[in-house]
Amino acid sequence: MGRTIVEKIMSSHSGVDCRAGDVAWIDIDNRTARDFAGASVVGNLEKYGGDFPINDRQKTFFTFDCNVPANTIPYANNQHRIRLFARKHDLKVFDVDAGIGSHIVIENKFGKPGTTTVGTDSHLNIMGSVGAFGQGMGDVDIAYAFKTGNVWYDVPQTVKVTLEGIPAKGTEAKDVALAMLRRFNNHELLGKAVEIYGSWVETATLEDCITFSSLATEMGAIIALIPPNDNVLGFFDISREEAVYADSDAEYSEEYVLDINELEPLIAAPPSPSNVSPVSEHSDVKVDGVFIGSCTNGTYQDLKYAAELLKGHKVASGIMLKVVPATRETWSRLLDEGLLKDIFDAGGIISNAGCGGCASGQIGMTGEKEIQVSTSNRNFKGKQGKGNTYLAGVGTAVASAVLGRIASVHELKEVR
Amino acid sequence: MTRTRDMILRGRLWVLKSGENLFSDIDTDMIYHNAHLAVTSIDEMGQFAFGNLDGYRDFAGRAQPGDIILTGENFGSGSSRQHAVDCFSALGVQAVIARSFGAIYKRNAINSGFPIIELPGLPDSLFEHFDDVELDLEKGILSKGEKSFNGNPMSEVAKDIYMAGGLFQYAEQI
Ligand code: SF4
Repeated sequence: MGRTIVEKIMSSHSGVDCRAGDVAWIDIDNRTARDFAGASVVGNLEKYGGDFPINDRQKTFFTFDCNVPANTIPYANNQHRIRLFARKHDLKVFDVDAGIGSHIVIENKFGKPGTTTVGTDSHLNIMGSVGAFGQGMGDVDIAYAFKTGNVWYDVPQTVKVTLEGIPAKGTEAKDVALAMLRRFNNHELLGKAVEIYGSWVETATLEDCITFSSLATEMGAIIALIPPNDNVLGFFDISREEAVYADSDAEYSEEYVLDINELEPLIAAPPSPSNVSPVSEHSDVKVDGVFIGSCTNGTYQDLKYAAELLKGHKVASGIMLKVVPATRETWSRLLDEGLLKDIFDAGGIISNAGCGGCASGQIGMTGEKEIQVSTSNRNFKGKQGKGNTYLAGVGTAVASAVLGRIASVHELKEVR
Repeated sequence: MTRTRDMILRGRLWVLKSGENLFSDIDTDMIYHNAHLAVTSIDEMGQFAFGNLDGYRDFAGRAQPGDIILTGENFGSGSSRQHAVDCFSALGVQAVIARSFGAIYKRNAINSGFPIIELPGLPDSLFEHFDDVELDLEKGILSKGEKSFNGNPMSEVAKDIYMAGGLFQYAEQI
């Protein structure tokens, strides 16, 4: 029997033939911690790490992305505790200016196809977007990875999902991910790795893949692995032989086909990411605020699209449009190309790179009864404040900001 | 509380039931309520064990060192709190057995060297409350005299960490 992608990655990183159900020690290529829980990692290392708490400083780094720059004293304390530890051990810190850790791992090409990354961010499985393994873990596990370079892992079973057909014009990667949530809810893929096939993934951009895989956590899955297509291989400048693909006779625990042909824009109503229905069913919902950003939809592609849609429009009066690029590099490109000006002129509030509206309050929280449309990945009660958050793609977010109510991009302009 | 590192444990079995069935879906808030998360000393955590679980709120007062707990599916789902493992160590509970565990709970238990055993498919009434049982961690077998049930053996990794006494203690050996 052949092996799935996750079985292959774990085999190559453990030196033993790994199959679903095995427990193996796997080598970790990128060992990271963020400002959330990073201070606890440092605490563990100070307590148990001994004189040499870092196995390989080239592969170990901190990324500050939750609260940047810190706007609470506990975050400021934690970040500084990490900085002091990093200075002492000569570790790299992607500090408060850098952006979202998982995106930094991809942008800097640390997380190539087939590699392994762990950290304290529960969305590190975003690495599945490039056919790599990534996983968020607790501070004890991550401190152990810093110290030894390894973690133990239960090799998961793999489910194969084939997306059939081509979505309608104006439908984005986010809508395809929401279609997955609508189909599988938040528990049908629990504990499984998922491999995604079909013509949509074969032509998706790197950014589309990132958006899709960033919702694996909400799908209950360990990771959503996309076999690297030409766009992804091109970004890393590697050949197919250097990436990892499943064997044709790999063993899947289940196989599904999901029809996404002519898929229309979708939206997840509060309080759960799997509470999904067509955007058109919510056109009477008045909106108070819109957030565009996060590890799900904060890439250059996303914000360029937002800028293009906003050009020549104005955000409806009384509505906040908050825009947060995922990384400093994205910020810089948008700045150079004048795209931030289009967002600004339309009435957008632009903040520095990071998790933004998704984490604790970098660009504001929602108040009670406030209705927000967000491009992030979670709308559980309290996650983004007291208000009610709807999750949608960039087109829906922009159209809702301009029209002042939930609206699909088709109501704003004709799209490609 | 220092624990023995035996592969065969003997103790009194707490069979946790909801009605006639083994208690399933006991989440981390039922095991260790979030009202007590600020507690950092393991010794103080024992008193809160199952403090929010219907029918077992008095568990901490009645448990004895050496006890073993048996439950149904999906034990320890919910948040990633380590307290939900440590509160049992504090009371001297030797092991938790379930038909299945939440994934994060499993990691936390293994990392702190606390033995857990999965017995998928265990019938609800094979074992009785306060049976004096033997638990073979190596083979994953729970037994009392003639009656016994085979489950999943402890993985090699879990065994190594258990023998070392925890993940960091394990790290010191390598
Ligand atoms: S954007 Fe949100 S989901 Fe993504 S890493 Fe940041 S806090 Fe987590």
